[in-house]
Amino acid sequence: MTPTSSHVQAYLLLLPAFVFLVGFTHYPAIGTLIDSVMLALRGGRAPAFVGLDNYQAMIQDPVFWKSATNNLWFALATIPASMAISIVMALWVNEKIAGRQFLRMSYFLPTVMPMIAVANIWIFFYTPDYGLINQVLQLVGIKSQNFLGDPNLALMSVTIVAIWKEAGFFMIFYLAALQTLSPSFREAAQIEGASRWYFFWRIQWPLLMPTTIFVLVNALINSVRMVDHIFVMTNGGPNNASSLLLFYLYEVGFKFWDRGYASTLTVVLLAILAIAGLMQFFLLDRKTHYR
Amino acid sequence: MNFSDSKDRSHRLNNAGWLTTLGAWVLAIAWVLPLFYALWAAFHPAQYATSFSLTAPLTLENFSAAWQAAPFPRYFFNTIVLVLMILVMQLVLCTLAAYAFARYTFFGSSVLFSLMLVQLMVMPEILIVRNYQTLSSLGFVDTLFGIGLPYFASAFAIFLLRQTFKTIPKELVEAAQMEGASTLQILRHVYIPLAKPTYLAFSLVSISHHWNNFLWPLVVSNSQESRPLTVGLQVFSSADQGIDWSIISAATLLTAAPLLFGFLIFQRQFVQSFMRAGIK
Repeated sequence: MTPTSSHVQAYLLLLPAFVFLVGFTHYPAIGTLIDSVMLALRGGRAPAFVGLDNYQAMIQDPVFWKSATNNLWFALATIPASMAISIVMALWVNEKIAGRQFLRMSYFLPTVMPMIAVANIWIFFYTPDYGLINQVLQLVGIKSQNFLGDPNLALMSVTIVAIWKEAGFFMIFYLAALQTLSPSFREAAQIEGASRWYFFWRIQWPLLMPTTIFVLVNALINSVRMVDHIFVMTNGGPNNASSLLLFYLYEVGFKFWDRGYASTLTVVLLAILAIAGLMQFFLLDRKTHYR
Repeated sequence: MNFSDSKDRSHRLNNAGWLTTLGAWVLAIAWVLPLFYALWAAFHPAQYATSFSLTAPLTLENFSAAWQAAPFPRYFFNTIVLVLMILVMQLVLCTLAAYAFARYTFFGSSVLFSLMLVQLMVMPEILIVRNYQTLSSLGFVDTLFGIGLPYFASAFAIFLLRQTFKTIPKELVEAAQMEGASTLQILRHVYIPLAKPTYLAFSLVSISHHWNNFLWPLVVSNSQESRPLTVGLQVFSSADQGIDWSIISAATLLTAAPLLFGFLIFQRQFVQSFMRAGIK
């Protein structure tokens, strides 16, 4: 095989996949950037350079800020909570524990269920008066709460669902990492008489660091893209109290059909994802992970 | 005395104490509670949906009511076609690309590899506005093909397969070359058979991801001919306030049932697949 023909072969093998990769990732990403400075707010006239008009409008849009701050809180709650729960789960089911198989299955179960489906079930949990949570609250003498209808509670309620959905998924990554750790660490710690707590903080946790960074990046990405349950549970309401950025982007793009402004919102999301990407790039040792 | 002491100690880091076990079980029960709640509501008459009584009669009526209240058979058909179409395309396209990245040295390979990895961060559903434009200019809006199109090339699959292909010993390839096998024959008879566990792992991850996918199908589909289950369920449960919990629970369980059964039967494979996919 001559060097040139091998080059050509490689390109031919890559071509079909790259048509789709470029067509639905790179091309639209660049197109979005262009649209955000070319399409006038609320459309209506032919594309012409509008500069930063859309960005100006975004900065003055209270719903954007509401969705952005909601999203920030959503991320600040879901990322640490789901990661902490997932580590605990993984440590538990990695040990000899009664009913390990059942425990593993239970933790992982939410991962295989559609978010749309489980959100429907959670609505019943949250229903005023009759929902399970409110029945328990009333039992202990607290009055029934309208979890999804109260602006102060709606965001928290959808956040809990996201944590519940994600934790078992992340558990898998920690479990896989724990199982690759050499048993000699554990034996050494046992000989030294180390406590469980000491063993975790001084040995397991540092060794799990690459997994933690990998999970962190994934959790960050998920905090941007997990919006399915919003459609079912609150529709962003009441009064945008539970609107997240991607949900708002959908509303602007496909309910108000404002392409220019929707592109601008997409640019914000792309920037957040770029930060996640750079984090992975710089925090993880590329040599060990992309070899 | 000494002996039992060291034995105690050697078990301390391995075995869970009763407090840990209790904690693990409480969490597990909290985690499956939503599913049990849905099962309860779906298998009992509507008046028992919120009250728990051991004597409540069992019924399948909610399921048949849900099945008839919306075109669920059609939605099921759509989802199955969609999921299989995406999977087949992914396996074919990504095998070819992964093979190129794993076994060829060519100009620009690392740049192309980095460009490919971008898709791990920027999923097609983030770019819904622009991808919808592309789809409508191609005339694929409101078709299953259009819903599947952006997912045909998966950076995740390419990455995973490339890792696996790289572990396959060169000697095997050289032996096949001596026999006069062509490049594609080597791929077909050496690489693909040896990568079976990776194919299985990726297939389970892909099927469960696309069975559950919602936002992009919601944007693209607007008739029952192209609506997958998730969008169908959303249309059904938000359509009308008169539908009761029991029927929505039944519909919800129907939507998740194939994956749930698959998961319960192939639990070990599922967990291992996700683990395999996670170790990079």
